[in-house]
Amino acid sequence: MSSTFDTVANIIAETCDIPRDTIKPESHAIEDLGIDSLDFLDIAFAIDKAFGIKLPLEQWTQEVNDGKATTEQYFVLQNLCTRIDGLVAAKGA
Amino acid sequence: MRIEYFQLIDRIVALDIGAGTICVEAVVPRESTIFEGHFPGHPLMPGVLLIESMAQTAGWLVIGLTRFERMPFLAALKEVKLRTFVTPGTSLSITAKLLHDGSGYAITKAAIEADGKPISDAEITFRIMAFPDASMRLAMEETAARVGFPMQALADG
Repeated sequence: MSSTFDTVANIIAETCDIPRDTIKPESHAIEDLGIDSLDFLDIAFAIDKAFGIKLPLEQWTQEVNDGKATTEQYFVLQNLCTRIDGLVAAKGA
Repeated sequence: MRIEYFQLIDRIVALDIGAGTICVEAVVPRESTIFEGHFPGHPLMPGVLLIESMAQTAGWLVIGLTRFERMPFLAALKEVKLRTFVTPGTSLSITAKLLHDGSGYAITKAAIEADGKPISDAEITFRIMAFPDASMRLAMEETAARVGFPMQALADG
């Protein structure tokens, strides 16, 4: 069974046509991989489907806009994967 | 349809918020200034307007899902197919279904048929945002009344 990171990295590679080997846990989806907000909707859709969750993108965006969080907290892939794991665990609780 | 005014939906026939489905009717007018240019002597409904009619259909479904609290804006199209020509006077049946209700976005699949034959289909993504101002929401509610948006469906859904 592949890890959360592997699943997310494969989704990003396929959705955005980014070479898989350039996608690292420490990659920032926006700043390092150049993924824009529209492409990220495709990624969010694929992640939602793959994990049976609903990424709270609006809440995250609001927190970043309000200065309550940084984009690194949500869009560095290892942090994103931690949050996905949390949402999956919460769903099963 | 009043295609010059982007009124591409005549009537909502069925809306099921719970099931995430909608069906509308739309009749292509027999005359329009648009046909004078598209194409001279060979009037055809422009494909981009067929796409817009699917987006409007799916948009009514999404706005219903938000209970008219927020507005869907066209964001992306995938797998768009324009299968055959549509001429003036054609009656269209346009359907859409919700594929995914995301956070701040929705993904839908829409299709057009005429006399049971497939005309067009597409996967349509919307960003869902707050109404820019109260007047736009009012305009949407007025348009909803014109196309027979079944407000009861909001209570049933």
